Amino acid sequence: MRRAIVAGTATVAGVILLLSLKPHNSGAGAVSSRIISSDTSSTPSSAPSAGQSSPAASAAASPGSPSASATRTVTGSAIDTRYGPVQVRVVLDGKKVSRIDVIQYPQESGRDLEINSYALPQLNQEAIAAQSAQIDAVSGATYTSDGYTRSLQSALDQAGL
Amino acid sequence: MTAPAPLRHAEHVMGTVFSFTVRDPTPEIGEALRRAVERLHRIDRVFSTYRPDSDISRLGRGELTPAECDPEVAEVLERCREVTAETDGWFSDRPGGVLDPSGWVKGWAVEEASRLLRAAGSDRHSVGGGGDIQTCGGPWRIGVAHPLHPGELIAVVAGHDLAVATSGTAERGPHILDPHTGRPATGLASLTLVGRRLARTDAWATAAFAMGPQRALAWAARHPQVEALAVLPDGSTRHTPGLRRHLATG
Repeated sequence: MRRAIVAGTATVAGVILLLSLKPHNSGAGAVSSRIISSDTSSTPSSAPSAGQSSPAASAAASPGSPSASATRTVTGSAIDTRYGPVQVRVVLDGKKVSRIDVIQYPQESGRDLEINSYALPQLNQEAIAAQSAQIDAVSGATYTSDGYTRSLQSALDQAGL
Repeated sequence: MTAPAPLRHAEHVMGTVFSFTVRDPTPEIGEALRRAVERLHRIDRVFSTYRPDSDISRLGRGELTPAECDPEVAEVLERCREVTAETDGWFSDRPGGVLDPSGWVKGWAVEEASRLLRAAGSDRHSVGGGGDIQTCGGPWRIGVAHPLHPGELIAVVAGHDLAVATSGTAERGPHILDPHTGRPATGLASLTLVGRRLARTDAWATAAFAMGPQRALAWAARHPQVEALAVLPDGSTRHTPGLRRHLATG
């Protein structure tokens, strides 16, 4: 019950960019050949802007987090999947996930690349979207990469979230 | 009005991730969330086609009769028969010839989880399972994943008390079989239905995907319970006229 994947919430321009409806032709080809990142930390967490009226913005100010301003990086376990190991690294601002990097994923064969180029950005998107003020959930983004979520979960468990 | 921090939970079950967001958490609702998670695991134990010892697997192999199964098995198979009739035979609980009511079970499981939260007093929550979403209260903003451009959305649906289900080929490749030919359906990249209750909306989306674009949109237009957004393999989109009222404007 306490193993919530995302404990905090964030108002994040990075997510809005990621989720933008504008066409990005660079997307599919570029992602499979480098570390895949979802940077959500373009707004300083300690300074919620006055004009924001989203429910997430008010939730981000919840009390009881003495080390709320500390930034730390937690690396999840490498999870073996049928396609090879998957491992993520999470950057936390206090209790808020500000970035998720996929630091290890299978890339031995064309099929693996194909799987990754589809699955991982989508997974990033949904994991991040879960704490986005702009999008509450994503339809059509299924978690086919169990390794991603298990590694992410292990990172969040280590972080005590 | 101070909104409490939403209660969030993610649970690995049924080979995917179920995610909960509860905007009106109370101790009672937190307890209901725990029961909802247990319920999901129980549904998986009875209905999983990946567990050789599930009732569904044993029923499919002829080791159990319907009467010997969990009582919900007969109910689910009846719902599947209804969906098959409602979709002119484009839904099957035996895709590929093997008993597999998953096309109903996953959306139904999400709806059941939402029902348990409602029964405990929550009227503002969202439950998603494998990319199919049931919301209660609102407003909620639901992105529809672009089936051809990973990481992007092709639409954002907004509103109250919505069920949003997407069937597509993007992540798993062609995997929805045309029940009439037994071959994978390839006429669409994705098909999203927006309705009120996820069990039926999700099963209908699976059937509509198999129909292909023209038949799916014509069929959806005859069913006021749902609106449809179709993405074709070339990236072009078609939708039912009523979809517009669900599209986010801001």
